[in-house]
Amino acid sequence: MKDDTTVPGLTPSQTVGPYFSMRLPWPDGPFVVPEGTPRAITVVGRLYDGAGNIIPDGLIETWQAGPDGRFAHPDDPRGATPGGYQSFRGFGRCPTAPDGSYRIVTLKPGPLPASDGNIEAPHLDVSVFARGLLDRVVTRMYFPDEPAANAADPVLCSISAPKRRATLVAVPEPEGQLRFDIFLQGERETVFFDV
Amino acid sequence: MMTAEISASASLAGAEAGRLVLPSYERPAPGVHPPLDFEGYRSTALRHPKQPLVLLPHRLTEVTGPLLGHELIIPTDSDLTTQYDGEPQGQRIIVTGRVLDSDGRPVPDTLIEIWQTNAGGRYRHWREHHPAPLDPNFGGLGRCLTDAGGRYRFVTIQPGSYPWGNHYNAWRPAHIHFSLFGRAFTQRLVTQMYFPGDPLLPLDPIFNSVPDEKARQRLVARFDIELTQPEWALGYEWDIVLRGRDGTVFE
Repeated sequence: MKDDTTVPGLTPSQTVGPYFSMRLPWPDGPFVVPEGTPRAITVVGRLYDGAGNIIPDGLIETWQAGPDGRFAHPDDPRGATPGGYQSFRGFGRCPTAPDGSYRIVTLKPGPLPASDGNIEAPHLDVSVFARGLLDRVVTRMYFPDEPAANAADPVLCSISAPKRRATLVAVPEPEGQLRFDIFLQGERETVFFDV
Repeated sequence: MMTAEISASASLAGAEAGRLVLPSYERPAPGVHPPLDFEGYRSTALRHPKQPLVLLPHRLTEVTGPLLGHELIIPTDSDLTTQYDGEPQGQRIIVTGRVLDSDGRPVPDTLIEIWQTNAGGRYRHWREHHPAPLDPNFGGLGRCLTDAGGRYRFVTIQPGSYPWGNHYNAWRPAHIHFSLFGRAFTQRLVTQMYFPGDPLLPLDPIFNSVPDEKARQRLVARFDIELTQPEWALGYEWDIVLRGRDGTVFE
């Protein structure tokens, strides 16, 4: 039982503001794995506001399992990725450029076990921070080459409108990149989650 | 009590047969976090989603998270007054506190990143137009890891106020930006710490975007004469509370 007199209250969120780029970008932030790593994939995209303008002062963060569907984290009850953090960091961070674009180099994650015997399709959890966002917004990126897994994914299945669901699936590009544009508002507004 | 009982599929690489029990993290009470649409802060107008957020139950990706920082930190990272050849201008301050979860448990070994203006209210950033002088001896950047008890400590300079153009004669109260990871994706938090008695606090839309008065006041540090070092620096204490686990994990 929680005792309400001793439970500390949560610290509220505040906007990341326009000047986070002094601190938060890291030189290797966009590289979940080094460029040139075998089987590395590149995720590119742009961040847009409700008027269709690009957002040049946003921050994109990604978090994901490794190709084996495991996490470099002790709270994965199946055990952390063998080799742990050193073998696969799982975390990417990229500020948006003056043209609103971001780029993350990573490995495709494996599928994950979920409740009731379901399987979660491979996905990245994505956080977006920006001036004008008083709290982060969270979305997920799924993979276009996994139609069967996506059709059975419990999170995608919880979104009934096909047009909305489609905002969560990256689009393949000719050069082998995956495009995941994020629309904070408007006609093509991305699905965001209450986490 | 909320736990997810998960049966791993034998077809999954790396998954073990049997049952997986995951923690679930507390959902913030209404009024603790600001609404994404807040009229007083103009930049929210075109940047807030208009569709309702979709509830995401906490699964493996949400109850894990990046455990970063050990390879990033050097000792001067937590003392913003010693990062350049000379001493910065302004009032030296110590900002310290604990990172806890809402069960009161310390969050050890977690990365904190901070950024702030100099004493004159000027950020060292290419987009900054405020005509206050840069300080050649102050960058305004810090980071550290919490210790085993969840404690952090920065030595820095009292930041200044600056105009920000949101409305006529708009000035931000002095603040330090904080970024925290906790140990799970659900605990990620970016926030700002303010100073007690700042006359700009009642006028600031960003501070006042937090609906709950008690929650809003938790953004304000406490001056502490015990933390203040004689002949050296003023002391402020500020605890940061991240979402705790909603239920007990058991077999």
